[in-house]
Amino acid sequence: MTPSSNTAPVSAPAPAPSDEGNLVAQAQAGNAQAFAELVKRYERKIYRIAKNITQNDEDAEDVLQDAFLKAYEHLSGFQGHSRFYTWIVRIAVNEALMKLRKRKGDRFVSLDEPIDTGEEEVKREVAVWEGNPEEQYSKEELQRILNEAVETLKPDFRTVFTLRDIEELSTEETAEALGISIPAVKSRLLRARLALREKLTRQFKRKGEDVFAYL
Amino acid sequence: MLTCKQFLQELNDYLDPNVDPVTKVHLEAHVCECPNCFVIVDTTRKTLQVYRGIEPQEIPEDVKSRLWKALERKMAAES
Repeated sequence: MTPSSNTAPVSAPAPAPSDEGNLVAQAQAGNAQAFAELVKRYERKIYRIAKNITQNDEDAEDVLQDAFLKAYEHLSGFQGHSRFYTWIVRIAVNEALMKLRKRKGDRFVSLDEPIDTGEEEVKREVAVWEGNPEEQYSKEELQRILNEAVETLKPDFRTVFTLRDIEELSTEETAEALGISIPAVKSRLLRARLALREKLTRQFKRKGEDVFAYL
Repeated sequence: MLTCKQFLQELNDYLDPNVDPVTKVHLEAHVCECPNCFVIVDTTRKTLQVYRGIEPQEIPEDVKSRLWKALERKMAAES
């Protein structure tokens, strides 16, 4: 089974294009090719989540592998109460947070701990953007700018932002994946959005103009 | 009218397309009167758009190769 050949290590015929639930059911029944299809479907997203949270290539690779290996190992325990994607995201996030804890030791703040999100002033850079970043920067350059901005967020914030605004999980799915409350997701998301807006505005703002460029 | 601080605490609701109409109108009243918050709303929307528009990058070939080899070993061990 290699990604280039797109073949699985079993002789069973490849499952026809089907929805996630069918693939999961086939994988749970022992069809390795169905599981391989699920891996192919989500491997890039899981790798991106792992990189965004750990901010480390080696850790991200470990998380990618461990998440799918654990998913395969515990597939029979997946009850289908949530999407398979949410389930694998939760496994990957747990693995990524464990990596962070190991690397940062006691300085790491658990996602379960309450944090102050309401009172602290958020510094505001009020300026319009110079055109459309997608048109002004190469894909690689834009990717670098966005990654660097996310990297500056605290783990709590970048984890919520990654799941909610990059991977586009719902608030409920994000809360479930992280094992935190919906209000906690919302408050962390707000802080993350405002912080990133601030950082990107410094990068993309129109020079020498002010708010009234809109009016 | 809401203060800027109060409005920004509700910014997620304002950006949520599924927010209830009463809340939307309440928040809209502030944006219409406050040029600073108008800009913050606009640039926050653009921030979300630019992140959502980025496709996940390809996994490096060596990383992908090691993932699939590990999966093969796992599947072989459990078959």
